[in-house]
Amino acid sequence: MEDFSTSSYLDMDLLRFITAGSVDDGKSTLIGRLLYDSKSIFEDQYEAIKATSEKRGEDYVNLALLTDGLRAEREQGITIDVAYRYFSTPKRKFIIADTPGHIQYTRNMVTGASTAHAALILIDARKGVVEQTMRHTYIASLLRIPHIIVCINKMDLVGFREEVFERIKNEYIAFAATLDSADAYFVPMSALQGDNVVDVSTNMKWYEGKPLLQLLEHLDISQDTRHTDARLPVQYVIRPMDIEHHDYRGYAGRISGGSFKIGDAVTVLPSGYTSAIKSIDTQDGAAREAFARMSVTVTLEDEIDVSRGDMIVKTDSQPRVTQDIEVMLCWLTDKALQINGKYALKHTAKDARCVVKDILYKVNINTLEKMKDDKNITLNDIAHIVLKTTAPIVVDTYSQNRDTGSVILIDEATHSTVGAGMIL
Amino acid sequence: MEKYRLLHLKELESESIYILRELAAQFERPALLFSGGKDSTVCFHLSRKAFAPGKIPFPLVHVDTGHNFEEAIAFRDNLAKKYGATLIVASVQQSIDEGRVVEEKGFNASRNVLQTVTLLDSIEKHKFDACVGGARRDEEKARAKERFFSHRDEFGQWDPKNQRPELWNIFNGKKSLGEHFRVFPISNWTEMDVWQYILQEDIEVPSIYFTHKRKCFVRDGVIYAHENVIPLKPTEKVETMQVRFRTVGDISCTGAVLSKASTVEEIVKEVALTRVTERGSRIDDRRSEAAMEDRKKTGYF
Repeated sequence: MEDFSTSSYLDMDLLRFITAGSVDDGKSTLIGRLLYDSKSIFEDQYEAIKATSEKRGEDYVNLALLTDGLRAEREQGITIDVAYRYFSTPKRKFIIADTPGHIQYTRNMVTGASTAHAALILIDARKGVVEQTMRHTYIASLLRIPHIIVCINKMDLVGFREEVFERIKNEYIAFAATLDSADAYFVPMSALQGDNVVDVSTNMKWYEGKPLLQLLEHLDISQDTRHTDARLPVQYVIRPMDIEHHDYRGYAGRISGGSFKIGDAVTVLPSGYTSAIKSIDTQDGAAREAFARMSVTVTLEDEIDVSRGDMIVKTDSQPRVTQDIEVMLCWLTDKALQINGKYALKHTAKDARCVVKDILYKVNINTLEKMKDDKNITLNDIAHIVLKTTAPIVVDTYSQNRDTGSVILIDEATHSTVGAGMIL
Repeated sequence: MEKYRLLHLKELESESIYILRELAAQFERPALLFSGGKDSTVCFHLSRKAFAPGKIPFPLVHVDTGHNFEEAIAFRDNLAKKYGATLIVASVQQSIDEGRVVEEKGFNASRNVLQTVTLLDSIEKHKFDACVGGARRDEEKARAKERFFSHRDEFGQWDPKNQRPELWNIFNGKKSLGEHFRVFPISNWTEMDVWQYILQEDIEVPSIYFTHKRKCFVRDGVIYAHENVIPLKPTEKVETMQVRFRTVGDISCTGAVLSKASTVEEIVKEVALTRVTERGSRIDDRRSEAAMEDRKKTGYF
């Protein structure tokens, strides 16, 4: 029995990635293989899918069954919703958001992609770059996922030939060059047979890169969070009002960029009132400094009016306070977006209402053409629109900060989330 | 920027605290569903952190089947008392007595499914508009699809085909009258993460998670506690075994595992090396392949 070191488990960080691909690209098999080869599948899970595979008359254990969780999915053999899978290696903890490939479930891919550090884009080596590849890549770049790994799968069906891999890689690069895309890696693999997923393939000695799991373990995500431009959106005001903390007013939230320390000159927006950080309570108690992604409670030197929806920032680097924004919008419902339509809007912890002032163009996801005359924005469409809000919001551009640069639109009648917007 | 690197348990903790604060801010009458199990206990401690130095702004609610391990009940009561938390106990026995549900019969009878009615009645009675639970996505395949903020209709039903997209860190808790939300702050935590956190934070959990001698019997490969809750078949024998529980449901649906782990550190090692999932010993999940999904559709936790 190997000795397990509890302390090494505590020294890992967390990487979130999505997997995107067509139904037949082998995406579910890839995930199953990733989990199986990294020894993250439990015996009873394996026995359960083995039993299901046998019941269905399949003559091999279908690892894809591991991820299809809902009854309808297992019956139809497709992924409907995004499913989350967890595994860790000694280097890192991973969260996989397995997102549907079907066009009708784009909204679910966008969900999984919004917080991802990396995207795995799957390509069937027999088919090369197809419409769905391009749509998924475009969405990954729109959502500004910092790292892209293109998995050229089913290499076993094309004789593991290098020229097939190179051709597809070049096809992809040509398409992606037109996007403001992140650095992309290319891995030739066979998820079914296990080549280059966890273990190095013996069939593709011409490939000099790392197998997928190693790539995932070594991706540098430290630069993905902005270290300048301190931002603390206030979620909740803590007022104990008991004897021990009679005058305590703490502003609680998660730092979404930069860092704060005691004494920092800060401005509360949108009011513009200034003060200085008096104390910082972090997840581990009182501290002199706290940085992005930590949940904290801060108190200020002055008694000023701060409430949920406000943002505390460092006085010397402020975001924009505005009621007019332009966004790249992904529409998530089949009821079309209306010009002059009114929607509820959420930005960090702020609630407001907004009206659609203009639709500048719809994006043709296949050609990346800006269609200025097509104003019919419906389910899964991407468009550049202009919004006016009823109350000032405190924003960065999406490329500066994914939290303070994003908004969602909500249908006021149904309360559904109908749009995902990235501020330009 | 090594200084700014957030380790994974801290990242998870931060995310959970963020969710709990959103919950308290967006809903008027939230409640924390508390069973005394490790996941709801961790949620309780996360809630304490989220609102410190103030008190947790919502009560603990336990849907008590009446078949709970007495150690879990004692733990629940002590915790509430120690931290001055408000505890509301909703009783399945009372629902049975009032004719709201009918007790299952037979050798494999359990009150697990009946909890749904008691839970929904309690939500209606207290007008809770959001319930926090310690469910995790790695536990079970239907839970793998859950959102952090999961909308339930006025019948308490979960519609998996129609879940709201959750983008970035913006949570849409808007709803119509009579509807409520289930909120799952530790969605992204695995069993291993939970135990590591318990170790790191020195959190107290019920004694039955640790090894102890117990009168048990075996049915269909599962070790059950013999507490006069489940009727014994004539061929089944009661023996004293050295066991612990990896998951804590009630007595009728929780299987034990043979184990000598007596400290949290030993449990962590055991979990790291284990070959069976945590809920693999939950008989309620085995009733059918889609057992959890079906229960959730009718309002189960």
